Amino acid sequence: MSAREEILARLRAATRDVTTQQGARGELAVTAASAESPARTLELFVHNVADYRARVERCSPGDVATSIAAALVRGGAHRVVVPDGLDASWIAPLRDSGIRLVPDRADDGRPLSSAELDEVDAVVTAARVGIATTGTIVLDHDTDQGRRVLSLVPDQHVCVIRADRVVHDVPDAVSLLDPLRPLTWISGPSATSDIELDRVEGVHGPRILDVIVIEP
Amino acid sequence: MPSFQRAARDALANTQQRRNLAHATATIRAKRERVVGEVDRWEDLRVAGAEAKDEALHHLPDYLEQLEANLTARGATVHWARDADEANAIVLGLIRDKGADEVVKVKSMLTQEIELNERLEEAGIHAWETDLAELIVQLGHDRPSHILVPAIHRNRAEIREIFLREMGSVGRPAPKDLTDEPAKLAEAARLHLREKFLRAKVAISGANFAVADTGTLVVVESEGNGRMCLTLPETLISLVGVEKVLPTFADLGPMLQLLPRSSTGERMNPYTSMWTGVTPGDGPQEVHVVLVDNGRSRVLADEVGRQALRCIRCSACLNVCPVYERAGGHAYGSVYPGPIGAVLNPLLRGTGSEVDKSLPYASSLCGACFEACPVRIDIPQLLVHMRTQVVDEASGRSPEALGMKAAAWTFADHRRLETAQRASSLSGRLLGNRTVRSVPGLGAWTQARDVPTPPKETFRQWWRRTHEDES
Repeated sequence: MSAREEILARLRAATRDVTTQQGARGELAVTAASAESPARTLELFVHNVADYRARVERCSPGDVATSIAAALVRGGAHRVVVPDGLDASWIAPLRDSGIRLVPDRADDGRPLSSAELDEVDAVVTAARVGIATTGTIVLDHDTDQGRRVLSLVPDQHVCVIRADRVVHDVPDAVSLLDPLRPLTWISGPSATSDIELDRVEGVHGPRILDVIVIEP
Repeated sequence: MPSFQRAARDALANTQQRRNLAHATATIRAKRERVVGEVDRWEDLRVAGAEAKDEALHHLPDYLEQLEANLTARGATVHWARDADEANAIVLGLIRDKGADEVVKVKSMLTQEIELNERLEEAGIHAWETDLAELIVQLGHDRPSHILVPAIHRNRAEIREIFLREMGSVGRPAPKDLTDEPAKLAEAARLHLREKFLRAKVAISGANFAVADTGTLVVVESEGNGRMCLTLPETLISLVGVEKVLPTFADLGPMLQLLPRSSTGERMNPYTSMWTGVTPGDGPQEVHVVLVDNGRSRVLADEVGRQALRCIRCSACLNVCPVYERAGGHAYGSVYPGPIGAVLNPLLRGTGSEVDKSLPYASSLCGACFEACPVRIDIPQLLVHMRTQVVDEASGRSPEALGMKAAAWTFADHRRLETAQRASSLSGRLLGNRTVRSVPGLGAWTQARDVPTPPKETFRQWWRRTHEDES
């Protein structure tokens, strides 16, 4: 008997006593906290993101480019990788600021290698969803967010999110996301508490996380 | 492994470890309480979490077949392993197929359980642990002592010494001027591991959850080493215990609220990765999933014990346990320490060995572990269940079985009880204030505890003396 057949047979024998039908538990109980108002949700999001030692800034649609440039200058970034689908107006002014924009494409058209990305200081991406109760941003790696490694290898991540993409609680986010896409949930910069429980920002992921919230 | 009680005696004498553990458990306990207190309907969440796991466990064969079908449809290759040997052989074969002589690993308790690193080393393949604490444990030629913070028994000075001594022999050495500041130590680990991440062809991971209705695997972490392993190499091999299955993607809603708050005391851990098979142009283009039994079907067959398979390895039960806080993780003789380990190990392995016979007794049955468990595993009930099994297997001849029989005889008649109590108070008068460290005939019981000195007067005697007028 193959391992598969044998394990499934063992598990069937082990659950012979079960009398309920598969799926009989019915609908999942609602476990999300509810929002008092969209404004309150946004306040909570900004508070919780900042509580994780990420830098948060709220700006109007016209000021996104300025906020991104300021964040990159503050982080000391010189070479910045941007995904192909990022809103061009967000980064156009950077060309005059001395910061070099690197597309995720080498000269021969292939995507950048990990080693090439390691030479880059920062990345700018959009985000799919924000979660207020936990201070989380979720990337689904659509064209405005890039491949998963883009927001991992460089040391600074500037993430731009529209206020209307911020939901209140975790189940709200889960119901919006497409499980067939790769998903990265980010809550603050990379951190460890493994040495005497002292929290240290940044082991392998970006040590600096800037979140820019666009308000209408 | 020696019994828990024997191992705990040595651990109790290690004052440095006891200080580290007391600090660590108290700190995480306080953080957890604060963030759990923020959630209005925590009890509803616990129920939802328990129901999701029970639904999966009660219909496990069906959900596993669904998981396999969805993984395969999305380009992953699914393997099945009956036990540790089979799982290790599958992984070794896959690494050899790629011609690799090293792999990077994100922390996985299942790979520790099956001793994958040791098997790979024997075959000449280096397996690099990339979680900071696991790196400390690996470089220190040591064993993890906590589920969540495996190197909690080490302090910063020891870690600095390990890094300076060992890093150079397996890769980029630690900087000569390394101090014991946690930020500097983390930086040394970052540089040491980055060269390994960038050149690795094969990575090995576990999974916190495997979603049946989509084929999605989930890894929850803090440092980014998980993301490195899950996205940089060409080939990803994930070992998944069959109990990790969740019925639906929506079940992640409650689970991702329960797990971080219960384990690190955070609203959310810094990074959670989800992937479903292969994504063209992003991440590993060859994805293998090994579904491992290794004793889990045996646990599932125990109608009382099967709830232990709900465990999501959060470690909340360790941090509230007065026994764990003093004895530390090594005394449990397994990768699963603390209250959950005290039931899970004998359930997975049976109660044949010294350590597995002793583990159900590694508890005061105070019940704190059940209160803390985010998926409502009734650990005290399971401890008693396993004690019954251990005693039954000793077929009534064990000192405990004989003692219980004698106690039943004594308690059945008030005159016998009073006689026994008078004998006990007599010994109390003889002993005075001395501490009783060992009682002849109760060697095992008194190994890890002191016996309270019996009172000089029984309650009945005291009542008669003070309430003489009323009678």
